[in-house]
Amino acid sequence: MAVKRMGQQTIILPNKPAILAGAAWVGPKEGKGPLGSLFDHVTEDESYGQQSFELAERQMVLDAARAAIRKAGVREGDIRFLLGGDLLNQIISASFAARELALPFLGLYGACSTMCEALCLGSMLLDGEYADHVLCTASSHFCTAERQYRYPLEYGNQRTPTAQWTVTGAGAAVLSLSPGKTPMARITHACVGRVVDLGVTDANNMGAAMAPAAADTLLALFEDTHTAPRDYDLIVTGDLGRVGRNLLLELMNSQGTPLIEDRCLDCGLLIYSPEQDCHAGGSGCGCSAVVLNACLLPQLQEGKLGRILFMSTGALMSPTSSLQGESIPGVAHAVVLESPKAERNTRHDF
Amino acid sequence: MNRKHIRTDPAAYEQMTRQASPPSRMVQGVFRAFWVGGVVCIIGQLAAETGVQLMKMTPADGYCFAAIILVLLTAILTGAGVFDRIGQYAGAGAFVPITGFANAMVSPALEFRREGMVLGLGAKLFTIAGPVLVYGIGASVLVGLVYAIIFS
Repeated sequence: MAVKRMGQQTIILPNKPAILAGAAWVGPKEGKGPLGSLFDHVTEDESYGQQSFELAERQMVLDAARAAIRKAGVREGDIRFLLGGDLLNQIISASFAARELALPFLGLYGACSTMCEALCLGSMLLDGEYADHVLCTASSHFCTAERQYRYPLEYGNQRTPTAQWTVTGAGAAVLSLSPGKTPMARITHACVGRVVDLGVTDANNMGAAMAPAAADTLLALFEDTHTAPRDYDLIVTGDLGRVGRNLLLELMNSQGTPLIEDRCLDCGLLIYSPEQDCHAGGSGCGCSAVVLNACLLPQLQEGKLGRILFMSTGALMSPTSSLQGESIPGVAHAVVLESPKAERNTRHDF
Repeated sequence: MNRKHIRTDPAAYEQMTRQASPPSRMVQGVFRAFWVGGVVCIIGQLAAETGVQLMKMTPADGYCFAAIILVLLTAILTGAGVFDRIGQYAGAGAFVPITGFANAMVSPALEFRREGMVLGLGAKLFTIAGPVLVYGIGASVLVGLVYAIIFS
């Protein structure tokens, strides 16, 4: 009997696995954005001293992972599982970084939902007492994603207003069952999303493709945990961008569970300022990964946020499926994060 | 179906998406394409006139010379990482003149050089321009055949 289940899609994590530390490595454009000062490291240029952009992305994963391990105060050998993924074919950034780290590795592909997918699985591994420490990573790079999904970098095509800009960045978080020090946050619930597709075919409008999946996961989580939007200080989505966020708000209204607009943020809208010409906002695995590690976790640690719902959203198409005229399936995974200072847990202690 | 799942049909959602997605700015786009495209044409015309008047070319050679100059300038600007910004700004204005073709050849060459001269650069060189060549040349062959049948 699966006793740690709540409803159809949500699991409860009674041991409340802790996020011990997180690290975020970003590229220069992200460094110039509104969150620039929060990141652990801003690279001087996109190539990060490497021969190719693929190598640069890999190096960013590696450096972020090592920094997170260092900040967590654990040794590399203490990590029992490395869960990571990225956007590239055969997830080479994660697996080649794993080659250097030499840790037991599970590669993940959830498109831009990867960070949350890793957190869901990592927290399950911890709560099931299969490990004491787990490392979760996710990364993306504008220059590597662009050549795989769209055009060569120097090709002068015009971006549509709904297009999003792939974040150059890598985020890593060390999860632990037995934190030696005060953790940054605790994961209390995880909700694994269904793949939802309402027929959007425009690969330049991924926010619209992902919004239904985001709404679906939110509805499932609220029902499973008997909570409502007002129970969360923030509901943070991964990379819906301006179009997707508006559609999510509208969809939730139409389903009779309206979100509180000013408590509903999107990492893709936080990471760039409007002057940076990124149209509908940021996207990519790295988007939610770096915003979580650099911006949200510290606020949870300080107690500025008590309980948040963090949900990464992914568009699961490939260039091949798009060319063959298939619509874009979306997926969204969510975790509930609690501040270590918010031991209030009065009526929410399910 | 249990009730918590999202209930929206694709047709209604398509309507919502259309309303939520900002349209391209028509007037601004047309204006930018007009002036940038115009400037490109002026440069081409200047090159042609220079060829004909100063370098004693025939008019046909002059226009060929203009095309060479525009392709060369675009290739240099693409290599310098400037042309993609011009393209983003001006759209068709930067593309419809022969400049677009040059950019479509040079940008994959730069991009895929890292995968080697043969299977990288060689294989990917025509990824963008290829379709234009295939159907452009194909169409001209067809038209040529029709022309030959009717007028011979």
